[in-house]
Amino acid sequence: MTAALDVALTRRIGAFDLDVAFTMESGISVLFGPSGAGKSLTLALIAGLIRPDAGTVLINGRVVTDCARHIHVSTQDRRVGMVFQDGVLLPHRSALDNVALAVRQGDGRRARRAIARSWLERVGAAEFVDRRPGSLSGGQRQRVALARGLAGEPALVLLDEPLSALDAKVRGELRMLIREVIVSAGVPAVLVTHDAEEAEETGDLIIAYDDGRVTGRRVVERPTPPTGGDPPPETGASA
Amino acid sequence: MTALVPHSWLNGLGIPPWVWNPLSVSLRAAFEATVVVAVVGIALGYLLAKGRFPGRGAIESFFSLPMALPPTVVGYYLLTRLGGPGPIRNAEVSLFGHPLTFTFTGIVIAQIVESFPYCVRFSRAAISGVDPRFEQAARAMGLPQWRIALLVTLPLARRGIVAGVAMAFGRALGDFGATMIVSGSVPMATTMSIALYNAVAYGPHHQAMVLALVQLGVALAILFGVSRLGKVRPW
Repeated sequence: MTAALDVALTRRIGAFDLDVAFTMESGISVLFGPSGAGKSLTLALIAGLIRPDAGTVLINGRVVTDCARHIHVSTQDRRVGMVFQDGVLLPHRSALDNVALAVRQGDGRRARRAIARSWLERVGAAEFVDRRPGSLSGGQRQRVALARGLAGEPALVLLDEPLSALDAKVRGELRMLIREVIVSAGVPAVLVTHDAEEAEETGDLIIAYDDGRVTGRRVVERPTPPTGGDPPPETGASA
Repeated sequence: MTALVPHSWLNGLGIPPWVWNPLSVSLRAAFEATVVVAVVGIALGYLLAKGRFPGRGAIESFFSLPMALPPTVVGYYLLTRLGGPGPIRNAEVSLFGHPLTFTFTGIVIAQIVESFPYCVRFSRAAISGVDPRFEQAARAMGLPQWRIALLVTLPLARRGIVAGVAMAFGRALGDFGATMIVSGSVPMATTMSIALYNAVAYGPHHQAMVLALVQLGVALAILFGVSRLGKVRPW
């Protein structure tokens, strides 16, 4: 079976030296470790935002980075969805527009907005589709960011500490939402966190990081394994 | 010449008719110069902010020269390049039928050169200041670079860019040295600054006072507009 993600990368930045290798199947893999361990750097390398010094990245068997063969597929062509710590939503666009921008398919603006709207409904953000990020709470912004990360039908979703800026109550709610939405969408995901509880509750696989190295790997036992999932959101609904 | 400013407005503001022509020349020349400066200056500012190519610093320094040079020096070079014998003058004659020195177009060119650095530097600084994560998120969304520039970078940098364009307009409107040398004081192509100089040099002096007051008012309006742009949160 082809791995959803196969990573073997090295990258030196100043005195910090990242040298990691891991594979993951479907579901959510958590990169867990202290701040400065190289987790977010790994995500940036997987997304193609930074070039590694050496190594390879394969997403669903497709080579997107291979330094030895000088392959470096652009971020745009990797089909990765990203969810950042504080959303990084475009402040001058509505929640709906933010998500619609990420929709790659569809035959026009109307169809893209319909898909975006269905994703916002799926993450419980239907009531603030027309609001701009500045008027949303942190939790609401992360819901929109999650919808945006998934709306482009990515091959892989990368979540960079998406809950760390939120209070405990909202964090708990969103943990469940992230797991539910990603698993039901059937998209493999890599989530970065330094919160042990978050790693345990969200991940199917926990990859422990410390000082630029993978120090452990553990499969989280769950009552029902994730299944690939729900049909994609409808595209024909009116905007 | 007066298309930009209706006479009824000027009358309403108490601006006497003899000021209308130089005011209109100034506003029209500054407007035309600013349109050119905005299009080219924002594009160059973007290139300087985002591009990684050799000679970037040299290009920025070259286009910033008018900020450091006395306007008369800029005017001298423009006069000798545009009006002196050579391929540039020949091109002007073949395109326009005459050299561009001592014409309205010459004024616009002088003002473009003088105001260009303000737009470029403000734009470059504003674009450099955009949080790169917004652009990274856009790349992950699959947006091509030109759409990221138009939909993400420029809107996020727009306050600084608009301030730069406003400063460029103000600089073009207030230019004296380069404009004077390139255009002289040709009737129907006399700007406010040159009219003020003529009034001080040859009288009547009360006209100089009125011209100075009108320019003061225009400059204050521009600065007020720029400060408002800095305070207003556009989203």
